[in-house]
Amino acid sequence: MSGPNTDYDPVEVTPLKAEEVEAARDAALAAIAAAADLAELKQVRIDHTGDRSPLALANREIGALPPQARKEAGQRIGQARGAVNQALGQRQAVLEDEHEERMLVEETVDVTLPTDRVATGARHPLTTGAELIADIFVAMGWEVAEGPVIEAEWLNFDALNLGPDHPARTMQDTFWTEPADNHLVLRTHTSPVQARTMLSRKPPIYVVCPGRVFRTDEYDATHSPVFHQVEGLAIDEGITMANLKGTLDHFAAQMFGEGINTRFRPSYFPFTEPSAEVDLVCFVCRGAGVLDGAPCRTCRGEGWIEWGGCGVVNPRVLAACGVDAERYTGFAFGMGIDRTLMFRHGIEDLRELFEGDVRFTTAFGTEL
Amino acid sequence: MKAPVSWIREYVDLPDGVSTEDLTARLTALGLKLEAIEKPADQITGPLVVGRVLTMDPEPQKNGKTINWCTVDVGDANGTGEPQGIVCGAHNFKPGDLIVAVLPGGVLPGNFEISARKTYGHLSAGMICSARELGLGEDHDGIIVLPEGAGEPGDSAFPVLGLDDEVIEFEINPDRAYALSLRGVAREAALAYDAPYRDPAERSVPEPNGAGYPVEIDDPAGCPVFVVRRVTGFDPTAASPDWMVRRITQAGMRPISLAVDVTNYVMLEIGRPIHGYDAAKLQGTIRVRRAHEGERMTTLDGAQRTLSVEDLVVTDDSGIIGLGGVMGGETTEMSATTTDILVEAAHWDATSMFRTGKRHKITSEAGKRNERGVDPVVTQAAADRVVELLTTYGGGTADAGVTVVGTPPRQAPITISYDLPARVTGMEIDAATTVTNLEAVGCVLVKEDSTVTATPPPWRPDLTDPFDLVEEVARIVGYDQVPSVLPREAAGRGLTREQRLRRRIGRTLAGAGCVEVISFPFVGEATFDALGLPADDVRRTTVRLANPLSSEEPSYTTTLLPGLLKAAARNIGRGAPGVALFETGTVAFPVDAGPAPIYGVDWRPSDAELAKLFEALPVQPLHLAVVLAGERERSGWWGEGRAAGWADAIALVRRLGAELGVTVEVAATQLMPWHPGRCAEVRIGEVLLGQAGELHPKVCQELGLPPRSAAVEIDLDQLMRLARDVVPGPEFSTYPVAKEDVALVVEDAVTAAAVEEALREGAGDLLESVRLFDVFTGAQVGEGHKSLAFALRFRAPDRTLTVEETAAARDAAVALAAERTGAVQR
Ligand SMILES: [Zn+2]
Repeated sequence: MSGPNTDYDPVEVTPLKAEEVEAARDAALAAIAAAADLAELKQVRIDHTGDRSPLALANREIGALPPQARKEAGQRIGQARGAVNQALGQRQAVLEDEHEERMLVEETVDVTLPTDRVATGARHPLTTGAELIADIFVAMGWEVAEGPVIEAEWLNFDALNLGPDHPARTMQDTFWTEPADNHLVLRTHTSPVQARTMLSRKPPIYVVCPGRVFRTDEYDATHSPVFHQVEGLAIDEGITMANLKGTLDHFAAQMFGEGINTRFRPSYFPFTEPSAEVDLVCFVCRGAGVLDGAPCRTCRGEGWIEWGGCGVVNPRVLAACGVDAERYTGFAFGMGIDRTLMFRHGIEDLRELFEGDVRFTTAFGTEL
Repeated sequence: MKAPVSWIREYVDLPDGVSTEDLTARLTALGLKLEAIEKPADQITGPLVVGRVLTMDPEPQKNGKTINWCTVDVGDANGTGEPQGIVCGAHNFKPGDLIVAVLPGGVLPGNFEISARKTYGHLSAGMICSARELGLGEDHDGIIVLPEGAGEPGDSAFPVLGLDDEVIEFEINPDRAYALSLRGVAREAALAYDAPYRDPAERSVPEPNGAGYPVEIDDPAGCPVFVVRRVTGFDPTAASPDWMVRRITQAGMRPISLAVDVTNYVMLEIGRPIHGYDAAKLQGTIRVRRAHEGERMTTLDGAQRTLSVEDLVVTDDSGIIGLGGVMGGETTEMSATTTDILVEAAHWDATSMFRTGKRHKITSEAGKRNERGVDPVVTQAAADRVVELLTTYGGGTADAGVTVVGTPPRQAPITISYDLPARVTGMEIDAATTVTNLEAVGCVLVKEDSTVTATPPPWRPDLTDPFDLVEEVARIVGYDQVPSVLPREAAGRGLTREQRLRRRIGRTLAGAGCVEVISFPFVGEATFDALGLPADDVRRTTVRLANPLSSEEPSYTTTLLPGLLKAAARNIGRGAPGVALFETGTVAFPVDAGPAPIYGVDWRPSDAELAKLFEALPVQPLHLAVVLAGERERSGWWGEGRAAGWADAIALVRRLGAELGVTVEVAATQLMPWHPGRCAEVRIGEVLLGQAGELHPKVCQELGLPPRSAAVEIDLDQLMRLARDVVPGPEFSTYPVAKEDVALVVEDAVTAAAVEEALREGAGDLLESVRLFDVFTGAQVGEGHKSLAFALRFRAPDRTLTVEETAAARDAAVALAAERTGAVQR
């Protein structure tokens, strides 16, 4: 870099003197460095690079110089302005960073403030529980069948091998509609949906029937006149009780976890023959009957929980519903959804399901 | 059915060391389900002794009760040999009776500690016990009076009462009526252990002869067998032996007198109900027939009964002397002076028994067995056993005459192929196992090459079908042997459209902050009154229940609102500042299509017959209801909250419509329980879905809901039916939008929807959207008028709109609004 040629230029004016330019530059740089915030820097920018700034004024004088001096003066001032602008840019960046940092600190909020401006909704566990069950079966290729809750007596009883004089008919405490000789009932189980399915389509049939059912039970912690059942029906060639066991074991494992399976005990249902009660391995003590040295409360120390009933579909039912009993066999099962959920979620009092207290329901969210 | 273990063991030689737990586990596995094991001794400690009442002084009390101040000889059990003074509240005993007393220091079931205590002005040193207090039964009509000779004062009462014996209570399924007897339970126990069995009904009985009491059966279908024996010279004061009293008590029945106890004992033992007549009161030939319609009789419980032609009756020359198989008549009832007893062991048609019991609302131990089916072959054995016990313990002699009329019905043989049990159960059951197990349950077999024909034993009337035999074979192999095999994968079609839509609707509402509830569908007139429904409201025409749980709520509901509003009030009452609830459920409207037919069950009804059945059912649409009460948005540090109102209710319906791809239209309507000025009917096109809006203030007040609570009820079936299945992909322009706001003054009666529709139509194709953003009333717009401010957005699909184009479209919109609604631009 060459220094100014002081020997040569006869008309050199004051602002263009090298020391003046350097002084102006240094003053600018000092002011930039001293600017404490963006507002001050803005003033510095005006003062030292604006139209009335020493360097701008000096720059304007260049034109008045003889041509041979212009280059050198221009270079000198250009360098000074460049240095100032660079310093401005750097300072600007630094101050902007500082400003942003300060703003972010100042904008700090208390993130622990409540945010519950709009209440949370939820679906009922009996709804989502029925869906969960449906999904387990749909994944096996089954379908979900439904039917009316006020049902024809013939479909609720007779078609299911529960004739008018069948002793089992008195086991079911039935709500009858008025007048009673209209032969309509509030369905006592979802089995009429099975009958409807067999009446309306040809095998193979694989359906689950979840739904609301009614019995004239008093309302207490474990009984309700209104409750929910899921029943299943499979009709196909070669269906056996072993298929029933396989299906229920799969269902139990999906619903309660791997290793939770079922056992059968002989029982009696007019709809099925052979018939069985289904017990479920207690998923709390996992069948041990003992938990932390004390008898398990969930299964009362038995290691098993009564879950429902099942069996091979009675050929008489197949006949009443128009299924060729020579060619097809079937199995059916049924259990309470309410009861199943009470086990699964440790709900102690059945009535909590029907009270409509949002504190109960919202705990379950929108899927089980 | 309660069976003492010691009684079971009388008929079956169980292997050594079999515990009651093991026995019940095996019987449960065979189908006799364990209900409970009772061992009363486990619950009782301390001095429980036989005592004899020496004196008994009744002392009326101020509270109206009379207590008895008794002295009781308890031998040396009290350490002094002096009579024990005990206060007793029961009155069913007299001085000289043998009773059971617990002395101070004893503990009765329920951790009830007995001590000498001052009561009714006496120091009562102990307690005279009832069966219930000892955990022996529910009978609490009085204290236990022991039969004479049951023990000496001071003897421990434990062996006398059989308190050390374990009693198993079984739940007996309707098909296993044979297990309602010790004979049957023991037979199953023998089956469980493959142990030797002695049939208590197997006894040599005297040959029938013509010397017995004359009997004729007019209805052999209803009463196939009628056996009569006679005991004369019976001592009516003879007491039942203590072992019999104990067993009857253990089995859950109540000892009454020797003659009655014997018939009950034999029923428990063999399973055959027995009736005893006072022979001195009989006149002429006993005859069994069906009753005439309207005939009357008095049964031995004192009830006057009007009979139907289906009832079976036993008559003599005096008229009806018994409701056959169900309950005896009053006129020939045995009494405390009866010395000649006619013993009846008859087999009755189970269906008739069931119907008669149901018709006359009689439940009895005898009826329970007769209606489920009793072994028809053991009538003579049972009668003979009764005669034996009566003469052994009550003296007297058995008449030589033995009347046996009729023949027991035969069991129909059932033919199955040997592999049917294996094919039905999926278990490995070979032909030999099938044969062995059928024989084990008592079937008589005729074996062919590939099939076996089994004649079930007479005590198994439940075995009628091939699959019944499968169950018998399988339960003996053991249900624990059933393998676990998934069936083939079915080719299902997944959830139905409605099932998917219902899930979507539920999620949408939950997403909008609503919580689902499930309530009971029972309502009554008061329910509808609370909703303010007018007398002729269609919702008051309900499907009524013949046997409702509560006479206040005898109907199946026609609206979901009652249950939902009740749940909302409950939440508010429990302190919730606001609540949004929804429910989906069926409601029911009666149809007048006559009764639903009852078809046979041997074949499928025709499609036409089924259609008739379906037509008779009430209409049962799926409804959705929502209630919004109290805060919809909460107050907080962000500012004031917001109470729910009519607009929230309508917004929810619109949101559902949007979710399902349909446009919901609203119009003002009036319907209780909604506010007459704030209720909208919601429609899709011409289809009415239901109503939404603010509830009537009176309804809110009546039901304990916050003012301005809002509600929705719509027919979900209709909404789902109209839901759009496949939404076409939307097209939209990316050219700049042109915005125009207009404020239009209209009369109050003009609806926003009407103005908006006119604007939309008038603006033409360039209009992208129109949205009302402000409603203003006040002096500036004039009395009876309002100003509606709309934001119009215009956009063309292919170009940027010019200012002139936009202005022209806006002017056209305003012009049509002016023409249609009288709107004036401000
Ligand atoms: Zn457990």
